[in-house]
Amino acid sequence: MSPEFRHDEIARFNFLANFNKVMSGSIVGGNALAFEQRARAAWQREHGSAPADRFEIRAAMRGDPYYQMWSALRRSGMEMRQQAGRAVVLRQAEALRDRARALNQGAPTLQLDPSVFVPRYQSAVDNHCMPGSYFAELMDDDVSAAANYDAGMFATTTGLFGRFLDGAGGGTAYWLKQRRPGWQPARILDLGCGLGHNSVPLARAYPAAQVVAVDISAPMLRYGHARARGMGVSNLTFRQASAEALPYPDRSFDFIYTTMFLHETSYTALRRILREVDRLLAPGGLHIHLEQPPYRGMDEFEKFLRDWDCYHNNEPFWTTLHDTHLPTLIRQLGFVGDTVFETEIHARVEEEMPKVAREVEDYGRGGKWYAVGSERPSPVRAT
Amino acid sequence: MEPTELLRLVNAASAGKRPYFFENRDVDRLLAIVWAMAGELAVTRERLDTVERLLAQKRTLSQAEIESFRPDGAAAAERGQWQVDYIARLLRVLQQEQDALRSAASSEVSAEDVSREVARE
Repeated sequence: MSPEFRHDEIARFNFLANFNKVMSGSIVGGNALAFEQRARAAWQREHGSAPADRFEIRAAMRGDPYYQMWSALRRSGMEMRQQAGRAVVLRQAEALRDRARALNQGAPTLQLDPSVFVPRYQSAVDNHCMPGSYFAELMDDDVSAAANYDAGMFATTTGLFGRFLDGAGGGTAYWLKQRRPGWQPARILDLGCGLGHNSVPLARAYPAAQVVAVDISAPMLRYGHARARGMGVSNLTFRQASAEALPYPDRSFDFIYTTMFLHETSYTALRRILREVDRLLAPGGLHIHLEQPPYRGMDEFEKFLRDWDCYHNNEPFWTTLHDTHLPTLIRQLGFVGDTVFETEIHARVEEEMPKVAREVEDYGRGGKWYAVGSERPSPVRAT
Repeated sequence: MEPTELLRLVNAASAGKRPYFFENRDVDRLLAIVWAMAGELAVTRERLDTVERLLAQKRTLSQAEIESFRPDGAAAAERGQWQVDYIARLLRVLQQEQDALRSAASSEVSAEDVSREVARE
């Protein structure tokens, strides 16, 4: 399903990938120096004490010339990434649409529902500065939003998530096999699947399971379904539905997971989604959610840097999610009798891809994730 | 899609108020243009590199050959390194500022001051 690239289109993404590398390598460190050597002192002179938290650091840094330049460049890079992706995809939008149509035609494993609406937390601003976000439909059966996401993500993650951008799903499947050797979940649910980058590896790791991948975006599901078919995966159903109210009966799934999804929701939606997970999880099952690490225990300056994407790359729930103590929230919302856990998931990628061992993590773009979930006891059998 | 409409969509903004980081937003605007130009120069350099490598290989070349050229691992690494160097050249002003922040011995004196100083008897 991937779009075709011309020579200069690849070169544009190469430039952006190398730009990200320089920015997150030698350039980003100047912000900490600027803070330590002038912004903190300036704030202290004005307010009588040093900035107390990341919000005050942000206010203190707002006027700093290094931070201004770094931010303006970074924002430009985000916009150029979208421009570059759209330049590749929109010129061939009809051809991509036709290819997806041919692969999707009459398939019962693609279940779209036009009554699903885009909630405020997804519609107010376009996610990561993607014009039209995940939802724009420029024509009937449009897949361009998904094709742009797919094409650009490889470039911006410089191969860290693998050739098929499935490192998180692959890592999750690997983790699950370590945690439960020999276990065969019959029903697997991927919430907020997008175009299914991380649904495919679970479907492949558990070929006897039925995997359901849910998202609210029709373009992502159309493209994702066609892509999975093209990859020869058949035990994977893409369904348009809201993760806040899922059209499945109680205890429908043995394994439920999300990858980089919860930070794109809201305070209310997060709680609704986790309650749905509680309702849908079968006895003996487990659920896990991959995100960037929570802010607890981090230095305030690092939190401030990690917050950049929240305010300037349109990730509005980012800062709140990373302040939320998810293990506590899971316990509060139900999950009675479950064992709550936290862990770390590493991307599983092809041998020739760069390993997690990139020296500097780019504040949310590394090949490893914080993960939280709970494990449900099996019913006690009378013997 | 009609060409002007395609171009408009390709260059469309995302929903959400755009952040400006400098007191004078003209600086942000100018930077956005300069950085787009920087990207296009990198693209041109990469294309030229492709042409040179193809010429060296074959002494003849066609448009189709350029379009389908994909660097091997070593060439991709060389090209990547060139871009890292190039971007570092463009970001010289930030590097210098960072070095000044790091170095306690950094000189705040201007050439104008020194010019007056060295003119004194």
